[in-house]
Amino acid sequence: MSEVQITFEEVSFSYGGSPVLEGVNLEIRAREFLGVVGPNAGGKTTLLKLMLGLLKPSSGKITVLGKTAAKGRQLIGYCPQHVTFARDFPLCVEEAVMLGRLGRAQPLGGYRNEDREIVEQALAATELLAIRKQRLETLSGGQLQRVLVGRALASQPEVLVLDEPTANIDLRMEEDIFDLLKRLNRRLTIVVVSHDIGFISDYVTRVACLNRTLFCHYPSELTGDAIEQLYRGHVSLIEHLH
Amino acid sequence: MLDFIDALTTHRFLQHAIVAGLLASVGCGVIGTYVVVKRLGYLAGGIAHAVLAGMGVARFYDESPLLGAVMAAMIAALLIGWISLRAKQHEDTLISAVWTVGMAVGVLFIARTPGYNVDLMAYLFGSILVVSGQQLLVMACLDLLILGTVALFYKQFLAVAFDEEFARARGIHTEFFYMLLLCLVALTVVLLIQVVGLILVIALLSLPPTIAAAYARSLMGIMCLASLLSALFTTGGIMLSYQPDLPPGATIVVVAGGCFFFSTAISGLLTRRGGYRGAA
Repeated sequence: MSEVQITFEEVSFSYGGSPVLEGVNLEIRAREFLGVVGPNAGGKTTLLKLMLGLLKPSSGKITVLGKTAAKGRQLIGYCPQHVTFARDFPLCVEEAVMLGRLGRAQPLGGYRNEDREIVEQALAATELLAIRKQRLETLSGGQLQRVLVGRALASQPEVLVLDEPTANIDLRMEEDIFDLLKRLNRRLTIVVVSHDIGFISDYVTRVACLNRTLFCHYPSELTGDAIEQLYRGHVSLIEHLH
Repeated sequence: MLDFIDALTTHRFLQHAIVAGLLASVGCGVIGTYVVVKRLGYLAGGIAHAVLAGMGVARFYDESPLLGAVMAAMIAALLIGWISLRAKQHEDTLISAVWTVGMAVGVLFIARTPGYNVDLMAYLFGSILVVSGQQLLVMACLDLLILGTVALFYKQFLAVAFDEEFARARGIHTEFFYMLLLCLVALTVVLLIQVVGLILVIALLSLPPTIAAAYARSLMGIMCLASLLSALFTTGGIMLSYQPDLPPGATIVVVAGGCFFFSTAISGLLTRRGGYRGAA
């Protein structure tokens, strides 16, 4: 078995009212491809924010690569849902990917050649070299998502964490993104939050079903019953024909 | 026009006015760009108006109004920054309170200050024709401070302006840089008060970068073009106001506003090229 990179031990969290997460236990091992699924407001994004040390658990303990979440997050590449910034911000693809060097590059002044080389590799891995000078607002949803992945790669992570990477793009692009993630999975651990349970089961090695509490399944175990239990019977399985 | 150039060579106060306009343009182009892309217009307005308190108090105790302005601007920036980070739900009401109470305190102190009350109009609408050599020196120092800080932390400011959550996930102390940015806005406000007065400050903080954003491609490009435009507006405004003896501050703002509407119309016609439609 490969080493454990991220652990949640009996983690609970609430924003003040009723708990969003309760007694969550989770171990993520190196080079896993973990899909986190669950209904809206089931705590998926909260789980990621706890992992990144952006939120502190009300109780329980989180360890990221042997450190606390706030320290270990330097080794996590984070792709937020792209609604977190203004699309018309005056920034080109390359500059956006460059921001992934934050926390790695020297804090004062400009970037060094080493930073530029790493960004070059990140642009190449995400097939962005041809559009590196384009403004973000001119990009398609799929291209923008690749920029976010490129930016995360530029921070040389050991774990790549993605929040709904396919929420705003069409199906064909969705496959492209997941094929890219599959390639990256050869050297990186991947944690992806998705609403699309049927689709991701083709790619992931394990599925974490999250609705306040968390249950893990292997994709082969994902039956209609398990999904119904998770969504409390409000959702029917949608068949995928691709 | 020739009259103006003639006057410029003979009158020191005009030379000072032009230099003051140019110095203010540097800070205004750089920091105004952040104000526009991060949509800080209302916060900057609050800081600008609250500055009157500092100037009034300084005047009352016979201290330098510039010193009072710097102190009041910093206090207002920290207070408003704290409000916008900690009391998000009531942000607009609380900033309005700082905005208006600051002004009221200033007016009270100025009213109680013995002597003529011409100062009030100068603070509100600028007094670019009476800038002293010493004030120019202070303005140059403020510019250096602003440019130096931005050059040192360009990456961090960009990250905080573009995607705060990601910056935080990368271990950047986003609240610190947000506050630092507001302090730089405060210093820029002080720079601009001399030129156009605190009521018109927002025009120079928002109009040049908004025009520039339609033509420049990067943040750095917008900063440079906005500084250039701002230099044009201040110099042009002073020139236009000289002969008919109009208030220079207001003339500068009208020139900037005219160019803004002209540019918006042009880029509206040439659209599909896609420029930044910043909120002024």
